[in-house]
Amino acid sequence: MEDITLTVNGTDHELSVEPRTLLIHALRDEMGYTGPNVGCESSMCGACTVHIDGRAVKSCTELAVRAEDSEITTIEDLGDEGDLHPLQKSFQEEHGLQCGYCTPGMVMTAAEFLDEEPDPSREEIREALEGNLCRCTGYQNIVNAVESAAAEMSAAVEPATDGGAVPDDGGTAPDNGGVVPGDGSPVESGGD
Amino acid sequence: MATEESSADPRREGVQTVDAEDVDAAEILGSAVERREDPSLLTGDAEYTDDIQLPEMAHMAIVRSQYAHARIEEIDTSAAEGMAGVVGVYTAEDLDVSGNVPTAWELDDLREVDHPLLAEDRVRYQGDAIAMVVAEERYQAHDAADAVEVDYDRLDAVVDPGDSLDEDAPILHDEDDNTAFTWEIGDADETDAAFADADRVVELDVTNQLLIPNAMEPRATVADYEPGDDELEVHMTSQNPHVHRLLMSGVIDHPEHKLRINAPDVGGGFGSKIHHYPDEALVAWAAKQLERPVKWQATRTETYLTDAQGRGHETHGEIAVDDDGTIQGLRIDTAANMGAYLSTFAPAVPTYLYGTLTSGQYAIPAIHCEVTGAFTNVPPVDAYRGAGRPEASFIVERLVDRAAATVDMDPAEFRRHNFVDADNFPYETPVALEYDSGDYEKTLDRALEMVDYDAFRERQEQAREDGNYLGIGFSAYIEACGLAPSELVGALGARAGLWESGLVRFTPTGTVRAMCGTSGHGQGHDTTYAQVVANELGVDYDDVEVVEGDTDAIPQGMGTYGSRSAAVGGSALVKSAREVVEKARKIAAHQLEASPDDVEFEDGEFHVTGAPDRSMAIGDVALEAYLAHDLPEDVDPGLEATAFYDPDNFVYPFGTHVAVVEVDPDTGEIEFENYVAVDDVGNQINPKIVEGQIHGGVAQGVGQALYEGAEYDENGQLTTGSMQDYAVPKSMHIPEMETDSTVTPSPVNPLGVKGVGEAGTIAAPQAVVNAVVDALEPFDVEHIEMPLTNERVWQAVNENGGED
Repeated sequence: MEDITLTVNGTDHELSVEPRTLLIHALRDEMGYTGPNVGCESSMCGACTVHIDGRAVKSCTELAVRAEDSEITTIEDLGDEGDLHPLQKSFQEEHGLQCGYCTPGMVMTAAEFLDEEPDPSREEIREALEGNLCRCTGYQNIVNAVESAAAEMSAAVEPATDGGAVPDDGGTAPDNGGVVPGDGSPVESGGD
Repeated sequence: MATEESSADPRREGVQTVDAEDVDAAEILGSAVERREDPSLLTGDAEYTDDIQLPEMAHMAIVRSQYAHARIEEIDTSAAEGMAGVVGVYTAEDLDVSGNVPTAWELDDLREVDHPLLAEDRVRYQGDAIAMVVAEERYQAHDAADAVEVDYDRLDAVVDPGDSLDEDAPILHDEDDNTAFTWEIGDADETDAAFADADRVVELDVTNQLLIPNAMEPRATVADYEPGDDELEVHMTSQNPHVHRLLMSGVIDHPEHKLRINAPDVGGGFGSKIHHYPDEALVAWAAKQLERPVKWQATRTETYLTDAQGRGHETHGEIAVDDDGTIQGLRIDTAANMGAYLSTFAPAVPTYLYGTLTSGQYAIPAIHCEVTGAFTNVPPVDAYRGAGRPEASFIVERLVDRAAATVDMDPAEFRRHNFVDADNFPYETPVALEYDSGDYEKTLDRALEMVDYDAFRERQEQAREDGNYLGIGFSAYIEACGLAPSELVGALGARAGLWESGLVRFTPTGTVRAMCGTSGHGQGHDTTYAQVVANELGVDYDDVEVVEGDTDAIPQGMGTYGSRSAAVGGSALVKSAREVVEKARKIAAHQLEASPDDVEFEDGEFHVTGAPDRSMAIGDVALEAYLAHDLPEDVDPGLEATAFYDPDNFVYPFGTHVAVVEVDPDTGEIEFENYVAVDDVGNQINPKIVEGQIHGGVAQGVGQALYEGAEYDENGQLTTGSMQDYAVPKSMHIPEMETDSTVTPSPVNPLGVKGVGEAGTIAAPQAVVNAVVDALEPFDVEHIEMPLTNERVWQAVNENGGED
């Protein structure tokens, strides 16, 4: 067994894992972060997607021991039920989810994507989500949700006088779903 | 929100959701309110079965057959037993239960074969369960399962239903052949006569390939046993907890009243979580055996190997048609793949959910359909989204397209010519159904308008001259759903009634808990049922909480499948709510010092006729009902009602789907130009949820048409056993869809709803195939088998020389 420390959503967790323990199982079984789900154990479906240092990673094919010294962010940190992240809000408004099993991964992938491409075309959104399978929605309302969130987030950061779309989360979360880079400074421009 | 300024593309627009707080109480039914289940699903707060952690919980893994057909010579568990963390290794001889997985549907000459929880001396499909291992940790259980040694004596395998019915086929069960049943519907003699009299007969052989459901959440179970009171709790991925309770109680010999089945959040099902498999029962048995909680979640590999598959038909179809385009008769002969054992509803799927739908939207004087069910060395085949109805609609709509081409009629006009007339409902088909209501021309006309059909044909002609091949494909589908009138299905072989139960309970503070025996797993029942109940009671939508999925909380239930929840479960809630109102009316009348006959109920208030100021809100009546200080003499305290609703008939959604594609004959590539879906699902409780169901259904239908298929080699080894090999459509694979609807209420139920869960899946495959065949008409292509891979399309083009 290996003793490791994993930083998840800003909190340090000390745990003992086997060298082969997958990050998804460490997150779910050892630390109780059950937002990311196991769908295929082969990085095909993306239900397990989390952020490692701001990058969307499929945690079912990442070893827990390799995630030491990284900032891991799960869906649990993106927004709360009473204070949803713009992507979470747009998924609800656009009916971008049904059973919800793929949703945490889908949203985390979309969050990283919008961080890099704040004003994507529908085609680009579909390409970006290619690694996240959904069996319920037929994807159209997911694409709508990402498109709407992009517009919402761009509009919110544009003035950038009051911190834009940065939710007031007490500063514990290094990741705000792509609106703000890890250093907490507002994005320069949301594009248009 | 951003959608207000979105583009004018109708595919982008869709139905706009509203916040429930912005909806007047009187308008709540029929409003596209945002789903109330979403915040927990979107934040990771949802609880799926594998999220459940119990103290002292052990983990189970299942040892499965490597081969599709073999005798088991020896099972050696000794190495596994000695491994770290292992607390138990069990084989068939350890199971002290009746241990036979039941079938819930009988047919006249159905051969019911033994289906043990763990294989005893023979395995009949790759993945058949042989042994189970329970260990302290998840990985330890899998390690030990890998260490169980099984010696096999391999047998020849058979995969396709047609092959399995051949005389020299390997036999699965101890009988002379692999026939599971033979079944027919319609009048053979009348159909022969109709064919003899008709001007032309068109024939078509089609394979409706085996599909793997691929719910994103693999099946999972957590079982917990309390020996002191013999209570067994099973949390599992179930579409029908009460059905699972009933069946499991028999399978593992546990009293039904001490067995609780709880479906927490369930990550999709599409049929695959209806059935009673061996696995979930094994977990429950192990928890009881070990007197500690046990968890199992299928790996994705296991779901590919063991989830009940769908379709699997080999069909010869014939249609008799006159030169003026009038259909005179239809003849269908199908070999249906049943897999290795009979799954829960398996016998009903290729029979009463298939043959009865072969009239489609058409007035056909004579139909005969016969089906032979065949055992093969693949996993059990049962209901997968649509279940029998997609297979029926596919052969009917493919034959109709070929018939239209044969008599040189436009395929849309050919359909219109043969539609059941809107004035002829209820309409009795020659295959035993009575369609409730319909107006088929309406959805066809709207679809033609949306694709600008006349302009399309001109464009198509022009494009062909330029060497580009556009095609348009129609699917005028019908389905029977809202399963089902209990007496009728009992006569047809169901070993259960298909009613539904609802419980509506006021709290003393005037809020409401509504419970239903259906069990949603993505359909948004928490939202739609709350809309229904709030509307009936005139209370605030936010004051209604919906509870599903727990056999300890809900009186009884038959579950969610067959697009039955709104039509049957919703109606049960309406019935319960109306009983609550009638009791409340008596209490209100007493309080208002009036006769109940003189008290009216409107918008949540009781008032005396002609004296609107003498009124009382139903929430205040609830308080009086629980205070019980001053009730009428014949009224007991409390305000709740449990109702069982048994429908009088199925309901019959219908619609027209149109695919517009461009096919590259040089590469076989297919590009969608458009996909239009016009559906009539009766009244809509929540149009956004309806739209979402159509989108998702179409995606699975497009998946069948273009990408998906369970494929086996000659040894019965699954060659599409992972998401790498089985093409679950990705975001890039599904076209943008343009949806609209017409509304023809069903007269069958109080909500006037039909059903929408399966519509898209039923409609889409033949729309796509018809479009591709239309595009390749210059190459004399008449049919291509699904999935329409580039290679198959290219081959079809080149079979006829590749010249247009």
